[in-house]
Amino acid sequence: MSDGDAEIVKEFLVESYENLDRLDRELVGLEKNPDDRDALSSVFRTIHTIKGTCGFLGFNKLEAVAHVGENLLSRLRDRKLILNPEITTALLSMVDAVRQMLSQIETAGQEGERDDSLLIATLTRLQQVPATAAKSEPVPGAESTSEAVASPSSIGEILMRRTGVTPAEILLAAEKQKEGDPRHMGEILVEQGAVRSADLVDALHIQQSSRLQATASDSTIRVDVGLLDKLMNLVGELVLARNQVLQFANRVKDTNFAAASQRLNLITTELQAGVMKTRMQPIGNIWGQFPRTVRDVALGCGKEVGVEMEGKDTELDKTIIEAIKDPLTHLVRNSVDHGIELPEDRVKAGKDRSGRLILRAFHEGGQVNIEISDDGAGLNGERIRKKAVERGVITAEQATRMPEREIFNLIFLPGFSTAEKVTNVSGRGVGMDVVKTNVERIGGTVDVQSTRGQGTTVRVKIPLTLAIIPALVVTCGGDRYAIPQVSLLELVRLEADEVGKGIELVHGAPVYRLRGRLLPLVYLDRELNPVGIKGQGVGHPSTHAGSEGQLFDFAQARAKHQQWLGRLREVLDGNAAMTVQQGGSHTECALGKWLYSIGLKKYGTFPDIHSVEKTHREFHGLVGEILGRKNQGNQAQAEHAFSQLGPLSTKILALLQDLEKKVLDCGSVNIVVLQADGRQFGLVVDEINDTEEIVVKPLRKQLKMVKTFAGSSIMGDGKVALILDVLGLAQRASVVTETRDRALTEKATESAAVAEKQTFLLFAGPGDSRMAIPLSTLARLEEFPVTQVEMSGSQWVTQYRGQILPLVRLNVVLEERRVKQRALQAPPTADSGPIQVLVLNHEGRSFGLVVDRILDIVEDRADVRSPATRASVLYSVVIGDRVTELLDIPAILRSADMSATHPGMLTRSAEVAN
Amino acid sequence: MAQTSQFCTFYLDKLLFGVALKGVQEVMRSLDMTKVPLAPAVVSGLINLRGQIVTAVDLRRRLELEPRPEGMLAMNVVVRSEDGAVSLLVDEIGDVVEVEETTFEPPPETLRGSVRTVILGVHKLNERLMHVLDIEKACQMTEVAEARPQCDSGHRAGSPVN
Repeated sequence: MSDGDAEIVKEFLVESYENLDRLDRELVGLEKNPDDRDALSSVFRTIHTIKGTCGFLGFNKLEAVAHVGENLLSRLRDRKLILNPEITTALLSMVDAVRQMLSQIETAGQEGERDDSLLIATLTRLQQVPATAAKSEPVPGAESTSEAVASPSSIGEILMRRTGVTPAEILLAAEKQKEGDPRHMGEILVEQGAVRSADLVDALHIQQSSRLQATASDSTIRVDVGLLDKLMNLVGELVLARNQVLQFANRVKDTNFAAASQRLNLITTELQAGVMKTRMQPIGNIWGQFPRTVRDVALGCGKEVGVEMEGKDTELDKTIIEAIKDPLTHLVRNSVDHGIELPEDRVKAGKDRSGRLILRAFHEGGQVNIEISDDGAGLNGERIRKKAVERGVITAEQATRMPEREIFNLIFLPGFSTAEKVTNVSGRGVGMDVVKTNVERIGGTVDVQSTRGQGTTVRVKIPLTLAIIPALVVTCGGDRYAIPQVSLLELVRLEADEVGKGIELVHGAPVYRLRGRLLPLVYLDRELNPVGIKGQGVGHPSTHAGSEGQLFDFAQARAKHQQWLGRLREVLDGNAAMTVQQGGSHTECALGKWLYSIGLKKYGTFPDIHSVEKTHREFHGLVGEILGRKNQGNQAQAEHAFSQLGPLSTKILALLQDLEKKVLDCGSVNIVVLQADGRQFGLVVDEINDTEEIVVKPLRKQLKMVKTFAGSSIMGDGKVALILDVLGLAQRASVVTETRDRALTEKATESAAVAEKQTFLLFAGPGDSRMAIPLSTLARLEEFPVTQVEMSGSQWVTQYRGQILPLVRLNVVLEERRVKQRALQAPPTADSGPIQVLVLNHEGRSFGLVVDRILDIVEDRADVRSPATRASVLYSVVIGDRVTELLDIPAILRSADMSATHPGMLTRSAEVAN
Repeated sequence: MAQTSQFCTFYLDKLLFGVALKGVQEVMRSLDMTKVPLAPAVVSGLINLRGQIVTAVDLRRRLELEPRPEGMLAMNVVVRSEDGAVSLLVDEIGDVVEVEETTFEPPPETLRGSVRTVILGVHKLNERLMHVLDIEKACQMTEVAEARPQCDSGHRAGSPVN
């Protein structure tokens, strides 16, 4: 074959592979919707094109197979046949055969020795099955040879091809149009009776789609992937160079240079974005073949499986897509073969007959996540454990101790399979370990989670290694680190004086209250230097406020110190007295006390404090001298010494001021709020620099162990900086747990929260106070007209459900004793409104609690409590954001003399409680 | 005609070492390094080599020699390894030597396990011995637990060998 021919063949092959992939999808789709005429037409056209080109290129075997397929499809299209699974399978086999032949052509340059007679026979045989549906008239000579061409045709031509309309009739219609008939050709023909409106609609559809196809194909172009790779590399280098130019531009004050570098900046950014896009492909491209794979495997195993896809448009770099195609295919086959159960078993287990296979793809934290979930039987942890021990992979002892998650991950070991049968599809144990290796080779991770009886999810995470990402540069311990902006939520700066209040300790773990929510804090310097702290751990609770009280009040210290001068003046003037001990000790005055107990320790690294200490000692030494001289009566010398005191004092004040400033500066805290795995946390760093676009260079394999770093990059000044892996850092700092079954954890916290909440009945007590009882103690809420209340001795009672219910008046019971006595004896006043009664059960007896008003029923955790302020109240508690008294029911009953020995009590609470 | 091979040599703590010349990409003076916290101790840091980020391995530490004295700058021998280029930090660069097969001897048994894997053997040069390093093993950063044979440890502990 000549070079020119070789080119043509190459193009033919590339196009045909694409077409075959599309055929797979369409055939599977057709199986579900046999009436999709467009799909059927499209399939027909594709096969027809292949057949045509094969003939042209001299691939006779291919042509023969394609020809038979085309005939079959033609009958389907003409409604002489209806698509059924057998036909679909045969057509898919034809697609496979064509693919194999194309592959043979690709490698050997020719079709090779093949015998497709069986396939041809099957395809021929299937053509003979009679159809049952109505059909349009067989069209004479209407081989739609030209339909395969993508050029848009006129309605008349299309109609001619598809229906029995004759050229004469079309001419007639055209005439009419020329004469001024404003209608479309199609309408005229329908009116003429030459064409049925249904056919017209079909024809219009075809015209539409062929028009669309034309525009689509005209605007795309094929490019060699190697060329794109080269472009990508060059752009990466350009980005680095641009970063350096920008750095220079900042330093050099030249407006022209600045303008030019800005332009360079803009252009580079756009260029980079554009080139990256060229290489990005939606993952849907490889997912497209999965419906077929799933169908085939499912048929083979006798199972029913439906495929759902989420995030088809998630884009990945082409090389990554190539690399994960096979691993994903294997995982999909595995799910169908081993995960999903047989329809009968599923029904027995209460599930739908048809299993669900869900493919999910999304970007998160700078990585692409691909999940393959099924709602099948889940992994059998026990079996895996046993198998692992059998194989000697782990000891029996380890097996018992291993958490389930780790057991599940054993399936990725080579040769591991707990499948009972080895099928053609899987079970040989060569799959999962290959999946893991392939994924890890491109720098990704794979892990599996499963719930017995419910399903399994395999999660593949791939970093976007060839990425130029925007990142925030921070400084910690003198080194620079980059944080991918995608994980960044916000930046918070706490000034030194706010730090004490802002950062709190919960069980020893520092947190920051960010708009009402508690944000766990991670100190980067501590994470990166677990042994020893470089310099002073900036901002860590143990080094500032917190336990040691507020930040030192420098202003007060200065004020106090200034008093010394005044006091000494008084002494010298004879208006006051002071002993040498009192004034001369540098440890006894306020400042001294602070210095030697806390100050030096806390601010020890600041050189200023040492100066303060030294000068302060000198100061007091001098004070002692002054006092000594004075007390000895030596006024002149005392005054002389006093004059030297002034400068010393000023020096101390100045030093204190400097120290204060430095402490404030240093004491301020920078928090970078990050998100990982759906959880937020704050990263405390020394300094926040700026955002830059950086080229991510992956770390060496052996350094990848350090989960805290996602890669490295070269900064604008040529130095290397490490890129933080936010998730890794969070896990290391235990802010995020490793098992990421999100739904499970959400549910757990939900139920935990709910469990702590109690339901209360709120009502108005005496003096309109807010009171409550746990709803669980309430049997019923009732309202009785006053007339129903009777007196039994001094006891209010009412007839309730065939029994006598004693009524306890809360107002009365809670009153002073003497008032109570009188009130107790009073019968109900006739004009009062209906009474609200809470029917309660206590120790097997029922009674009704009369209250003023029933307020509400509220669910609340009710954990903020304080002791009761009056009798018959258990405690005060915050319910529904208001302070509420929780009623002490036994105490109330005792107060109301409702002892167990009181006759006339209802004993069968069960009945009342209905 | 005897088989000869070429080695790039360098000094570590006054000892002479050599690596196959084929595996050496280049030799550089001391370069700025960025530390990698939490990395294995042998990793000194990352270097920017004309836009390529190269990991630096402190060979003294890898070979369990004394740490480099203060003030002595390390030289970089950049070698090609399976997972990309690695820079081996050495004291001084030596010459390129060509040796014959005949002068090669396997490493002595007394060499400690972890070091023995890195040293392939020695070549007896005219004046001195050149220790031959296995580049891949030299670049290895993670700890590999060495299972020591029983008699070895017994011997070392000073207990009588049965």
